[in-house]
Amino acid sequence: MWLIDSSIGRKLIMGITGVMLVVFLLFHSIMNFVAIINPEAYDAISAFLGANWYALIATMGLGLGFIVHIVYAFYLTVRNRIARGNDRYAVTSTPEGVSWASQNMLVLGIIILGFLALHLYQFWSKMQLVEVLHMAGVHTPEEDLLLATKGAHWVKHYFSQPVYAVLYIVWLVALWYHLTHGVWSSLQSLGLNNKTWYPRVKKISNVVATIIVLLFIAVPVFGLLEAGPLFSATSTYHSLPTL
Amino acid sequence: MEKTINITLKVWRQAGPNVKGKFETYKLDKVSTDSSFLEMMDILNEKLLSERKEPVVFDHDCREGICGMCSLYINGHPHGVDANTTTCQLHMRRFKDGDTITIEPWRSAGFPVIKDLMVDRSAFDKIIQAGGYVSVNTGGIPDANAIPIPKEDADEAMDAASCIGCGACVAACKNGSAMLFVAAKVSQLALLPQGRVEGARRAKAMVSKMDELGFGNCSNTGACEVECPKSVSISHIARLNREFLSAKIKD
Repeated sequence: MWLIDSSIGRKLIMGITGVMLVVFLLFHSIMNFVAIINPEAYDAISAFLGANWYALIATMGLGLGFIVHIVYAFYLTVRNRIARGNDRYAVTSTPEGVSWASQNMLVLGIIILGFLALHLYQFWSKMQLVEVLHMAGVHTPEEDLLLATKGAHWVKHYFSQPVYAVLYIVWLVALWYHLTHGVWSSLQSLGLNNKTWYPRVKKISNVVATIIVLLFIAVPVFGLLEAGPLFSATSTYHSLPTL
Repeated sequence: MEKTINITLKVWRQAGPNVKGKFETYKLDKVSTDSSFLEMMDILNEKLLSERKEPVVFDHDCREGICGMCSLYINGHPHGVDANTTTCQLHMRRFKDGDTITIEPWRSAGFPVIKDLMVDRSAFDKIIQAGGYVSVNTGGIPDANAIPIPKEDADEAMDAASCIGCGACVAACKNGSAMLFVAAKVSQLALLPQGRVEGARRAKAMVSKMDELGFGNCSNTGACEVECPKSVSISHIARLNREFLSAKIKD
């Protein structure tokens, strides 16, 4: 199968899943921004994207995209290290014009994955998962079920705690670096590039990455500002839930 | 006025393909800044010979930047720090008195070390043999202008054809990928009507040979383009991806 056996086939898979995830991020970030403008509208979106058949199919497709992207990332990295040979260079340098992100995509990806686990625990497991479990007949407390569609509640709950707001901001910075290389790189791997479009594609990549991350980052930043005096003893640690 | 410098060299010495290599340090005094890097290597070897030591093995041939034979990974850069030049075009005036210069071979699974700084680059020949040519039915010589070719296409094909196959792209790539080389060789033919005919077969055959020989997967860092002595653009890699993918999808 050439999608697994050939180097360009493997990069095609990486590119396609990458583009899928970027589209998801765009959608997710625009949705999140609503939480700042109008919390009720955000709750309506949360309810709309609960345990409905379309939302569940999309979630499964998304999960699959994530898994394939991550599995291929490790597979490619292992193969590339083997291709590099046994002896490493004693002196290395990053030539000018080579972005730091492009040489550290796996590291950035692992950072993003780590925070993703926290994010899924904090939001997804309290929202869609609760509804799914309820539908599957698992006993769920009434109050959990009520909060499952209240996205704005959870946003306020976590981002009023500066610890989490700051953690999410760190996560999003890593995401920004990953995207600045990822977006244009996926287009290049799909063959959608040439001499004229090369600088344009790179700029588009930066713009897309910046828009996504700014939209996302607005939410924890807004949470930090709302929480009042930054890192004051009263507003910070007393409400840390036990994880 | 001739200027001379005293330098320290850290040179990779390896007796054979399957022997563990290590760095040897040599001091070289009064090297003329007018000499080229390879002349400096010759001076080093003269010195080693006079001391009845084994000279350092390194590749070189035309010494005017067109044959692609010289290699050497100098202070973290294939072909040294100068942009758009091969090692033979690097001069000692680029170094300062007292400098330590680290000289390593290309390091890649696709290019095993033969001895010291010389690596086996016959993998590139094998990739070319797999499809980097145009099958010709010999007959009368065609008229020069029988096939009109747009200027842009001809220019782009010439840019790709400027690849000298030195392997600096593989040496610079953190993934040991040969994509820039293969992309250049596919592009130079795919852009012209005579080469277009066999485009799909060529892309498939050359990529499959490249993968078989153990080169890595391109992750678009662009290091190859920066270090390429002929500035071959990675936009050719996009073309190779396009050629390969459309050929595979058509199958």
